[in-house]
Amino acid sequence: MSAEAIIEAKAVSKWYGQFHALKDINLTVHKGERIVICGPSGSGKSTLIRCFNRLEAHQEGDITVNGIELHPKMKNVADVRSNVGMVFQHFNLFPHMTVLMNCMAGPMWVKGVSAAEARKTALRFLERVRIPEQANKFPVQLSGGQQQRVAIARSLCMQPAVMLFDEPTSALDPEMVSEVLDTMTGLARDGMTMVCVTHEMGFARAVADRMIFMDAGQIVEEGKPDSFFGNPQHARTKLFLSQILKH
Amino acid sequence: MLYPDTVEAEILVHKPWFVATMFGAVFAIFLAFNLTSTSFGELMRPVIGEPSQSGLYGRFAIAFVIALLFVLNVVLIGFASLRVQIAIVWFELLLLFLAFFATFHLSLPFIWEKLPFLISQGVVTTLYVSAISIVIASLIAILGAVAKLSTNGFAYAIASFYTSFFRGLPLLMQVYLIYLGLPQLGFVVGAVPAGILALSLCYGAYMTEIFRSGIQSIDRGQWEASRSMGFGFSLTMRRIILPQALPVIIPPTGNQFISMLKDSSLVSVIGVWELMFLARTLGQKTFQHMEMLISASAIYWMLSICLELIQSRIERHYARSKVR
Repeated sequence: MSAEAIIEAKAVSKWYGQFHALKDINLTVHKGERIVICGPSGSGKSTLIRCFNRLEAHQEGDITVNGIELHPKMKNVADVRSNVGMVFQHFNLFPHMTVLMNCMAGPMWVKGVSAAEARKTALRFLERVRIPEQANKFPVQLSGGQQQRVAIARSLCMQPAVMLFDEPTSALDPEMVSEVLDTMTGLARDGMTMVCVTHEMGFARAVADRMIFMDAGQIVEEGKPDSFFGNPQHARTKLFLSQILKH
Repeated sequence: MLYPDTVEAEILVHKPWFVATMFGAVFAIFLAFNLTSTSFGELMRPVIGEPSQSGLYGRFAIAFVIALLFVLNVVLIGFASLRVQIAIVWFELLLLFLAFFATFHLSLPFIWEKLPFLISQGVVTTLYVSAISIVIASLIAILGAVAKLSTNGFAYAIASFYTSFFRGLPLLMQVYLIYLGLPQLGFVVGAVPAGILALSLCYGAYMTEIFRSGIQSIDRGQWEASRSMGFGFSLTMRRIILPQALPVIIPPTGNQFISMLKDSSLVSVIGVWELMFLARTLGQKTFQHMEMLISASAIYWMLSICLELIQSRIERHYARSKVR
């Protein structure tokens, strides 16, 4: 990996009160890289990626995103966030706006793009997630899978340097999971830098450049998907994979 | 609407035990009063003869007929559709009220004579005082709500002191404090501005709490999504949070507005010629208090109904994004 680093975490630790949520995390995400983070619930995967756009604060260590260091007194957190797209488990679309407006809002209000320009971009990305015909509906009128695809389009409209996915398919019906995963696979193929927290191991195998397994706030194991799935080193990873791949 | 089940319940007013109980209760109530000397007695003359000499038989017959008519009325209404039921019951209750007021023997010509002035001076003053106050109160409420939710010590302290003070003092005292107290500091305020100020500050305090709970009712995920796109605090508040909080805020705010409409009568103590003030003074000269007070009440009620209608229109507008 000689490409430039987009996210660089060095010796990151985080506590919730007494609870040590992240322990000495070291992770570098390079441009164009697709990383999948998995692990049991409560292991700190979501917390970690939420630290990358500073929805959560870390207490020790350094996180640098796009060359900007994240710290409590930073003034330009909006610059970081507008360059880091985030897709949430529960979509978090803005329910009072149409799908189109959801996608136009970011570019218009943060980047000062004209309405016509924003509209063009929005329609382009809605096309890409294959729901341009829903543009004038409100989010509640869409299925879960469609909503999540809109959420992806909304993030893409900001043309971010990296996309963070926080369990994007966990709240979806089985049938809708694949339409979202297809969209994400398409993104990966186009070279988007991605960090995904997900339990979709088929997707991980197909798309990931690097697998990361977390447990109890630590990175336990990381490696290429082939060796990660074929020959896991740690007992904890083996147990997790055997549980999750059992059915 | 409460949760509408798909199984139709039996109609209560058609159940024999309910009809019988209703009949018994109405009969007992009217038997307790001697109605033979009223217009009911006159109407029953063909049956009971001279009302004043009919005695127990007359009382019994009148109560029986009233109970029968009442039960018949209720049972018949039970057959109608929901909308018709609502309309008929409203109409009948209104009729009863009018009958009640008819017993006051009000002088209608006097009311007609004074009504134009009551409306052109009183209603207009009441309306504009209330309207300006509710706008200012809403602005105060947004600021107050944000301050009460902030981590800034000064903002929180000022906002909570403000809401505590203005919710804790009687509105009448606030009116006096502003009208009579401010001149002590060298600011002489007119009666109308003082009234508006008092109403705004008082209702701003109540509405601060309404806005605060409205803002808090919005899911954290909305904040996270908005901030994660790089929206700042005020943009998130204006474009994402407040528009979603409005449907939650509007019903209690409509309530406050209606309540303010009537509380604005308190500013009459400092000599503002609003509706209540005029109602009292216009009737005084000729001792026709009831005429004016009842007219004023009717006007207040009609204004409130208008506000209720406007409120339901706005609520429907905001329900748009919730329709599947």
